[in-house]
Amino acid sequence: MSDMQDSLRELYQEVIFDHNRNPRNYRPLPAASHHADGHNPLCGDQLTVYLQVEDGIVREASFVGHGCAISTASASLMTEAVKGKRVEDVEALFRDVHALLTGTQDAEAPVRDFGKLQVLAGVKEFPVRVKCATLAWHTLHNALTGEHETAHTE
Amino acid sequence: MNAPREPAMTAPVLDLAADFPILARRVNGRRLAYLDNGATTQKPAAVIDAEARFYRESNANIHRGVHWLSQHATALYDAARATVQRFINAASADEIVFTRGTTEAINLVAQSWGRPRLTAGDEILLSTMEHHSNIVPWQLVCEQTGAVLKVIPVSDDGELDMEAFEGLLGERTRLLAITHVSNALGTVNPVAAMTRRAHEVGAVVLVDGAQAVAHQAVDVQAIGCDFYAFSGHKLYAPTGIGALYGRAELLRHMPPWQGGGDMIRTVAFDKTTFAPPPQRFEAGTPNIAGAIGLAAAIDYVQGVGMEHIHAHEQALLAYGTRALQDIPGVRLVGTARDKAGILSFLVEGIHPHDLGTILDAEGVAIRAGHHCAMPLMTRFGIPGTARASLALYNGEADLDALVAAIHKAQDLFGTRHDSGRRT
Repeated sequence: MSDMQDSLRELYQEVIFDHNRNPRNYRPLPAASHHADGHNPLCGDQLTVYLQVEDGIVREASFVGHGCAISTASASLMTEAVKGKRVEDVEALFRDVHALLTGTQDAEAPVRDFGKLQVLAGVKEFPVRVKCATLAWHTLHNALTGEHETAHTE
Repeated sequence: MNAPREPAMTAPVLDLAADFPILARRVNGRRLAYLDNGATTQKPAAVIDAEARFYRESNANIHRGVHWLSQHATALYDAARATVQRFINAASADEIVFTRGTTEAINLVAQSWGRPRLTAGDEILLSTMEHHSNIVPWQLVCEQTGAVLKVIPVSDDGELDMEAFEGLLGERTRLLAITHVSNALGTVNPVAAMTRRAHEVGAVVLVDGAQAVAHQAVDVQAIGCDFYAFSGHKLYAPTGIGALYGRAELLRHMPPWQGGGDMIRTVAFDKTTFAPPPQRFEAGTPNIAGAIGLAAAIDYVQGVGMEHIHAHEQALLAYGTRALQDIPGVRLVGTARDKAGILSFLVEGIHPHDLGTILDAEGVAIRAGHHCAMPLMTRFGIPGTARASLALYNGEADLDALVAAIHKAQDLFGTRHDSGRRT
């Protein structure tokens, strides 16, 4: 089996398939205090992220949209991960996940336990797919910072 | 839906992969099955050598040197233009303008023919299946002139709605800009008949031939169109070179669209006069080596024979159509009766982008996405498709590799149906 085959199995793990088939928190949130749209014009992925923030804490997080398995699973895992977290912790998580997915982690920084999100790291081996995994996170960041422009992956 | 045209029963006839050095390389440890020819084709050694030979033996700037090498390079460049003329059967080599490719050719027509002539309320007629490069230049010229776009709809099979076309043609129609072959669906449009109808209402016709010239013989005089645009790199030639055919009487009355050297007759600060076509439209030093590479590519395909290339690709298209239709969960997008070698498809439960990544790991190169035809994807209510597009060097082995890789993807995603033909 080639390296590429190994990398493929590293990326396409059961967690990804599970969240792609049955995305969690897949619904609009009428009571959302924050929301933002994300769009990847290259592959047509589109999603909206909704957040309900109270007292500086993300009480609810959800998303709707369409995309590939990587982008859908990433959004689904993200909504699970941010629920109940303080806004500043969510922003820190955004930065750390972004570094994890783009392979730009600071070697000096303390090691974070990403839990289930670790599965997304497999995307590093597929440069053209990194933006699929980061789209939801950029959109989350925009929702929190109130940037109304549609998020685009870099 | 129409049944796809009954496939040709002839077997693929060509076996030319050995002419293309890159096809010998392995990708991700696998034999390369290159099925992304709609994006760009690979180059035969004859083309690579012709371009290298130009730089080794003939390089000089053209149209200005008194020295031998410049005259030699000029002769080669002019000969390349004549080769393009014969290839698409233009009446004169002066009707061939070298451009960077199809996109630049269409922009040239939009800005040089369209912008000075179009006025508010004039109509530009194009179709839902156009590539962005045959949409956006017209939108720009509409903003500049107040002209408006009218769009011919597409049927579920991916054919133009000819009744709607008739209804949209009118006295305000100034231009029909239509693709010869759809890059996303493979549909071959009846451009000759459409040109006749457009001419009857006094409209000018531009045909986007980017996906046509490598796959069938093209005769611009038989089509009757006023402009025909194509790219070299989809025709086994280098990138950065293409051509615009324009009927002489139209080119003659078109102003330059870029100024510079090589396109002038005389320059003075109070008055500059311009060279006649085609030089008028080729400001600056052109892609000389590219033009020579394009001529070498044309010599190559004509050596093989366009009729043999067409027959070979039609046989492969029939083979691939059957093979994909036999995979449960696979749906073809684009089932027109008259098609070129393009297989656009969706695999149930697998996004085209995921499919592209998994196929790549198997050495199968396809395109996944909207194919620069977002209005068409919107028409079909899909974000994109996976697309396998054929060239003369492909064989049944490439399509077998595609089918095997789709099965692998379905296994990985757990979406493989039980064996048996889909009903």
